[in-house]
Amino acid sequence: MSIQPDNRFVDTEPWSDETDFSAPERSDMDAPAWLLTWRKFRRHKLALISGIFLLTCYLILPIAGFIAPYTPNERSADYLYAPPQSINLWHEGSFVGPYVYPIEAEADLEQFRWTYTTDTSTPAPLEYFCEGEEYRLFGLIPSDTHLFCAPEGATVFLWGSDRLGRDVFSRILYGAQLSLTVGLIGITVSFLLGITFGAMAGYFGGKTDWIVNRVIEILRSLPELPLWLALSAAVPSNWGPVAVFFIISIILGILDWPGLARAVRSKFLSLREEEFVNAAEMMGAKPGRVIRRHLLPNFMSHLIASATLSIPAMILGETALSFLGLGLRAPAVSWGVMLNDAQNLASIEIYWWTAIPMLPIIVVVLAFNFLGDGLRASLDPYKG
Amino acid sequence: MMFLRYAVYRLFTMILTLWVVSILIFIIINLPPGDYLSNQIAELRATGQAAGVAKAEFLRTEYALDRPLWEQYMIWVGFLPGPNGFAGLLQGDFGWSFEFDRPVGEIVGDALWLTVLVNLAAVLFVYVVALPLGVLAAAKSETWVDYTAGFVGYLGLATPNFLLALILFYYGNKYFDLPIGGLMDPALEGEPMSWEKVKSILLHLIVPTFVIGTSGAAAMMQRLRANMLDELSKPYVETARAKGMAPSRMLAKYPLRVAFNPFVADIGNLLPAMVSGSVLVSVVLGLQTIGPSLLTALKSQDQFLAAFILMFVALLTLIGTMISDLLLVLLDPRIRYGSRDA
Repeated sequence: MSIQPDNRFVDTEPWSDETDFSAPERSDMDAPAWLLTWRKFRRHKLALISGIFLLTCYLILPIAGFIAPYTPNERSADYLYAPPQSINLWHEGSFVGPYVYPIEAEADLEQFRWTYTTDTSTPAPLEYFCEGEEYRLFGLIPSDTHLFCAPEGATVFLWGSDRLGRDVFSRILYGAQLSLTVGLIGITVSFLLGITFGAMAGYFGGKTDWIVNRVIEILRSLPELPLWLALSAAVPSNWGPVAVFFIISIILGILDWPGLARAVRSKFLSLREEEFVNAAEMMGAKPGRVIRRHLLPNFMSHLIASATLSIPAMILGETALSFLGLGLRAPAVSWGVMLNDAQNLASIEIYWWTAIPMLPIIVVVLAFNFLGDGLRASLDPYKG
Repeated sequence: MMFLRYAVYRLFTMILTLWVVSILIFIIINLPPGDYLSNQIAELRATGQAAGVAKAEFLRTEYALDRPLWEQYMIWVGFLPGPNGFAGLLQGDFGWSFEFDRPVGEIVGDALWLTVLVNLAAVLFVYVVALPLGVLAAAKSETWVDYTAGFVGYLGLATPNFLLALILFYYGNKYFDLPIGGLMDPALEGEPMSWEKVKSILLHLIVPTFVIGTSGAAAMMQRLRANMLDELSKPYVETARAKGMAPSRMLAKYPLRVAFNPFVADIGNLLPAMVSGSVLVSVVLGLQTIGPSLLTALKSQDQFLAAFILMFVALLTLIGTMISDLLLVLLDPRIRYGSRDA
């Protein structure tokens, strides 16, 4: 490059026939779509943090039994409604390592409740990789090693114990297994239904479109919760917890698809007229192939972003159903089932720790919302 | 004239939708095997109470539960004559509640009006809160006002309704001396309407309205903010600014009007969620709406009661949606008559 006397720039390189004019000026402009999206997504700090948080949550699920000091239905009959215990490090100025103080229950016959006195003279250091009740790692491998548990003669109720003396912290970890997967199964069902019906309506148009549209309209105009209630009331009471869990997540999904189908349909309506679709059809591609290979990949990422935004609704739905006693039932443990115990004002006032499961619900729902918003923003090619 | 024709058309589609909904609800209600009476008969037989069996058998034929399902449906709606002639929803006979041993109409009675009242209050709350906050958040976007509003909105979306209800009730009572539970002073229940009663109902409505409305208001606020931001980036806004128009006047006169349409149209999405929320919150707070009755009816398979309440809830949302559609057409003449996707 050189500057001429009249301020023009002139390339000094000799002319070559081999220059590739279609190559982008900067090599990083040629990145695949997912990389471009990732670069944008990285800038949404809140969404990134939420994503990492959720990923950690889901990775912990299979090993919840290992992390929890107790199993979900393990009862400590001597410690009903025990308040949360704290883990301390220093005892009377000297370092002991993580320890708890043993607590002692006493019946208060005037108010008819248990009062607990903390014995602050003898710190009881926690034990690690200790033996406890048996659980199944990954749902398959039987094991009885826990990450940490209480030493002999002491208890470790990080978030207190409930009506039957079960550890709230452990139950929250176990409850996450159901509460967090309900959303995933539900969204899968809703995804399949939504894409199938939306694609059919948008691609074929005409009568199919009319029928699907009416169904969507009807389902969307109905309040969800009463329908959820009615459908889950129809689940036979003699079914096992696992069957109930699956059917509840499917019910949640069945009523969620119309929103998705609507989005898919409107996308299809506009994409159907594109030339690449015409070309594929002229070359003899069947509708199924056109839809799967040519149309869906066009906006799959958007669908995933919107699915992320509807998972929280399902988590909240499961919680509400279980809370009302029509969703999952004991002995299954979910956050909603746990909150069922905190249903009255008395438990909020006296045993406030039984309402702790609301914290993970709020945090997870918030995280899903942030993640979904971030995904949507970074998938939009028109936004800087 | 066009508007009238559109109104009639919407009314017609609403009735059609309601008809499909009635079929759906009837099927859902009859999904569980058996019905209240056959369960009861089996139980009575097992305990050897012959007198009860006779009564249950009588009710079974009286309410046509021994006929095929489609005939039951026709009789329930009132298309076909039942054992006592036409006596279905269309004729204003809502059926019999086996659980309470009283006609359904008598049980729900006042609860219907209170349900409408609670939902109306919640919708009003949503608009009153979401409108100023949404506009403010857009006008002052990316300042602390926007961030605070956004954060509160997210929190409102994420907190389960029923927990919010419990917590607000507890603290509302502790610090503001708000009444706990119910929709009116128990002493005033069953009394004729009086100034006292109205005051009591209004005072009891504060917490439920807030709880039911919060998530709706949060969602509404976010959408209004997004719509406003879209409008604010358009050239005409810049022109108005360049010409020296006062910001608040400019905001109210142009962008707000355009952003307002989706705001009205949204009630179609808002209302179902709202009614859902009111059912849940009513159960938790013991409001005398139809929520608690629905729950007991569903749990005990009291089919006529459950089906009627579900129908009523559906009707409520359908009417609300229709009103919002009509309002939208009045507000925005660009919207094509007859097509909702425009």
